[in-house]
Formats: sequence, structure tokens, C-alpha cells
Amino acid sequence: MKISKEKFGQAFDALVAEYQIIAPVSDANGIAFKGVKSFSEVKQDYLNSKLPPKAFFFPQHEKLMSYKKEGKEVTVKSELKVENTVLFGIRPCDAKGMQLLDMVFKNDQYTDPYYFERRDKSVIIGVACNKIAPTCFCSSFGLSPAGSEGSDIFLIDLGDSYDVEVITEKGKALAARFEALSELSADEQALVDKIKDAVTLSKVDVSTTTSKLDKMFNNPYWDTLQEKCIGCNVCSFSCPTCHCFDISEEVRKNEGTRVRTWDACMAPLFTLHGSGHNPRDNKKARWRQRMMHKFNYFVHNNGSMSCVGCGRCIKGCPVNMDIRQVIDGANKAELVVE
Amino acid sequence: MSKIINDIRETARQLLAEGKVDVVIGYEKGSLPLKATPCFVHSSEGVDSLIWDETCENNLATYAAKTPGKKAIVAKGCDSRALAVLLQENQLVRDDLYIIGVSCHGVIDQRRIGAEVGEILEASISDGKISVKGMEGDKEYLFTEVKDATCRTCRYPNPVMEDLHIGDTIEVAQGAAAFADVEALENKSDNERQEYFKEQMSKCIRCYACRNACPLCYCQECFVDCNSPRWLTGGVNRAENLLFQAGRVMHLAGRCVDCGACSRACPQGVDIRALNRKMTKDVYVMYNHESGISEEGKPALNEYSANDPEQFLVKE
Repeated sequence: MKISKEKFGQAFDALVAEYQIIAPVSDANGIAFKGVKSFSEVKQDYLNSKLPPKAFFFPQHEKLMSYKKEGKEVTVKSELKVENTVLFGIRPCDAKGMQLLDMVFKNDQYTDPYYFERRDKSVIIGVACNKIAPTCFCSSFGLSPAGSEGSDIFLIDLGDSYDVEVITEKGKALAARFEALSELSADEQALVDKIKDAVTLSKVDVSTTTSKLDKMFNNPYWDTLQEKCIGCNVCSFSCPTCHCFDISEEVRKNEGTRVRTWDACMAPLFTLHGSGHNPRDNKKARWRQRMMHKFNYFVHNNGSMSCVGCGRCIKGCPVNMDIRQVIDGANKAELVVE
Repeated sequence: MSKIINDIRETARQLLAEGKVDVVIGYEKGSLPLKATPCFVHSSEGVDSLIWDETCENNLATYAAKTPGKKAIVAKGCDSRALAVLLQENQLVRDDLYIIGVSCHGVIDQRRIGAEVGEILEASISDGKISVKGMEGDKEYLFTEVKDATCRTCRYPNPVMEDLHIGDTIEVAQGAAAFADVEALENKSDNERQEYFKEQMSKCIRCYACRNACPLCYCQECFVDCNSPRWLTGGVNRAENLLFQAGRVMHLAGRCVDCGACSRACPQGVDIRALNRKMTKDVYVMYNHESGISEEGKPALNEYSANDPEQFLVKE
């Protein structure tokens, strides 16, 4: 089924009264997901945003609570304020990335209320990639530039209209607002099929990576791999699945806030103990952690790799460390007796 | 293959074969078009991956103190200046360092190309021309059109210190340093300037790529990571971003060699160099000092001279 962009735009604009709407816009720095008030602000021809949309559920710096001590009285206040939100224009890699983050913030013992309050009150409208960048490699992970996994409603841009697929119950409720759905013409159906069949040009073989890494903790591969890494946080901050965080107290006199901030495996304070000891006190241990976490531990814990092939870390790295080459290098590394 | 590349490889081969160094730090072809990537060669078999061209944008001096053992480093003018400052500050042992000097005509500002042609699919460089095939179109550039902003004001394209020079040297017109870019910012009104930096700082995501790409940001504990006392929260906002960037510039006063590695490393396109250049100008004007232009000497603020200006102490 399809909807004309004109009708879709009207429905989109009508949502503004009830929802905070986040969509891709073009700013001085490229494409960014930002709050919009009208469909006319939305950038439609884009590859993907420079930074992943994960920050809408998992902000880079988030106040968890504030507290104040007066005499013997201590008052604690939750800082959580959540609006109903529509995230429009999310690419398949990022929609899948959000599903992977869900696994981190919810398990059989604990559900993170900060993440899930936002997640549960949001609807993801995914849009397929009509154009594929040379650094895109989602097909390596069984994903696809037109994959609907993780979206509540999934659209394919047909120029003047969108092909509409409703994926979840949440999506169904929102899609009820899109009137004037009509059948695709034969030509449009052919275009939809073509977009759905597309794969990324770049692919890396990850079929044996997890089992290989099982045997690589002490492999000399890590010794030389890390040499050129300068230890910044670009790869982690631009990753839709990186989720390590730090919790700290920002206190002034008798009041303060507890905040959660993004951490990154290359950051100096990462896994630093209060004693001053750091079990990962060098880049070699950091890089091993990065690779193991994404392609081994996460698979053992959650049954999926923690990379969606968006390519942002490849584009952003100041020294051109290319995760595809790092995976490939691990695949080919000679095993040593551990 | 250019003679320069050949000579770099032969030099590296010889240094490694003779055991004069443990590692040669140079550049190899990167995984993306118009990208070179730093490369660590540990044995003579690996030398054939070494390259040299206008994509060799990283400042390799960043690795000098962090890489153990004896090392040879392929150094442009700016890399050699950073090495000179590191030596002046006792961060390196000269005998552990072999500098393979190469004169540099400048590096390519990829961001500028990407803004016009979209994602770069293919590119080739020959005779000062760069042909690019991009997702949004193809284009041919003259190298001079897409030269990085830093390289346009570079006064030291030739290494200031080296153990061996490869290729020709570049003639440089002697004269006073020019700071037209800084003056343009100085001539703006306070409001305009404030708006400019507000915009720039709102882009910063505090990934610290600038700090880590900088050969002279080597503090064991950066003030941003210090939690006692705590200078900054983890908050990413204009005010804290500016405090970080301004703090960094202050720490680099009289030390920054204006290589531009910070700006090139920034994934967000923050004009970090605008702050550094102002500091470079002030140090040049007040102390007649340029950082790292010879192995001898000291950073401006490590030295006292009776002629030093003291406007900040005494107002006439």
C-alpha cells in the first residue's frame, strides 16, 4: 500500500500536536536527527545522520535524580520527563541498533526505567535506504538496506509517495492516521522489489568471527592492531549500539544530581577502579575489549552481534581504523596456544 | 611509483635490516579514497606498504613518545616541529629517534570535497590534479583549490630537523607570519564573535579526537578526566565544550605548532584551529616566538627574557 507524500505530510503535521517529532534535517554539519514541527523541515534525500539516533533513548549526559539535604531531611527527586515521540526517517541499521540496545537495558533481572520510559513512548518510522554508501556493510550481518526489523512502521520512498508497511501493533495505531492508502502500480511494485533486493556493496565475512574470538584472548593480533589508534571516542560515540556508561555524582554543597554519561572503551576513565587500578590499562586491552564485546561477548549473552554495519566509525575515525579490516584481520589471525 | 616513495621504502628497509630502529612509523594507503593511514612497520618485509602523497594528513609525532623502542618517523615540516617541541620538553630521547624528513606541499581537505561530491567513491591524484567520483557527482580539482586551511598558511613545509631528507626541499618566501584569518575574527564585533564560537561549540561532542590527535597534548591525566578537583562535568553543552577547548588552547600556548591535526581529526567540523591560531598569533606578536622551529630553544612560556612584555602585570 502507498500514500502520497502530500497526504503523508498532512498526517505528519497533524501529529505535532500530540507528539514530539524527531526527523533528519540538514544543518551546518550535515544530517542530524532533530525535533521538527512540520514535514517540510524534513530532509528526504539523505544517506544517514552523522550521529546515531540512540541519544533519544540513551542521552549522552542524563540526570537520573537530584537530591537535597536540609538539616536531617533528604529529598530525592526523579528527573525523568518523557514525551510521546515519533522518530521518523530512521534507517534500518539504526532501527536494528535500537533492538540491540533493548537487550542491554532489559534483562530477566532489571529493566532500565530511563531508557524504557522513552522507548515505550516512542514510535519508530523507518525509511529504507534508496542509496547505499561505500562504507555501509549492514548486509554482512544478515541485515538489509530495506530491512524493516526494529521499525514500527516501515516506508520505502518512491519519489512522490511512500510504500507503507505496518510492522507492529504500536505502528498500527499510528498508521490509522494515514488515510488515503492506495494500491501500488506495477511500476511502483517493481521499484519496491528492486529496493528490497539491494545489498550493500561492502561486505565482511563474520560467519566464523565469534568462534574464532573464543580462542583469541591472548593472541598477538591485538599487539599490533592497536598501534595506530589514538584512543579518542569517535567510534563509540558514533556507534548506534555502543552503550557503555558511567554514573557520577555532581554535588555542590548540600545538593546534587546523579548523572549517567556515555563512556567509551578508549576513554582514560573506562573501567578505572577506585583504587587506581585499571584491568584494561593499555590500548591493546581496550581494542580487544571493543572487538570481544561486539563480536563475541554480546553474541554469547544476547545471541546477536553488536554491530549493524552503519559505517559511521569508519567514516569518523581520524586515523582510518576500519572495523571491516579489523574483523577480517581477526578472521585471518593465526591461532596460538592459549 | 614516485622517487620519494621509493626512497622512503629503501630507507625504512635499511634501517630495519640493520637493526638501527625497531619500528618505522609512516603512512600506508587507507581503506577509503583520499585517505592515508598511519602505519607501523616492524620488519623489512613490510616496507612496501609505505606511501607518501597529499593524503598523509596525520601528525605522526603523536606516536613518538607512546611507541616504545627506537623508532624512525616519516616527518613533514609540522611533524618535525612537534618532535622538536617534544624534545625541548624532554618527552623524547633524541638517540631513540630517526627522522626521515620529507618536504610537504600540503594535504587535501577532504571535507571540502565531500561537501561537494557527497561520499567519495573513487579518487586519483596526479600532477597537482585530483579527480573524484562521488555519490552526488564527479569533479576535478586543482590541488591548490582543496589544500587544507592549515597548509595555506604553513611557513615550515620543510622539516626543521631530520636525520635524512628525502626528495626536494620547498622554497619558502622569508617574511613575517601572516594572520589574516585571525584578524578577520578579531575585526568582528564581540557579539558576532560570540555567535561564531557559540555555533562552533554547539557542534562539539567531546569525543576528544582533537586532543588525542594532537602531538603535544600528552598530559598523563588531562584536566577533563580529572575528578578531584573536578573541572568539568560530563555535560556536553556549549559552555562546558568551550571550557574544554579553551583550556586545551591555554595548555598549548607557545607550544602549538599549527599542524591542524586537531581540526582534521574533528568528526564534527568544529573550527578548533580558530582558537589555536589566535594563541599562535599572540605568542608570535608578544614574544616573537614560533614553536618548534629548531631542536634547540624552549617553549615560549618556559623561558624568561627581560624584554618579555608584561602588560598583564603593569598597565602604563
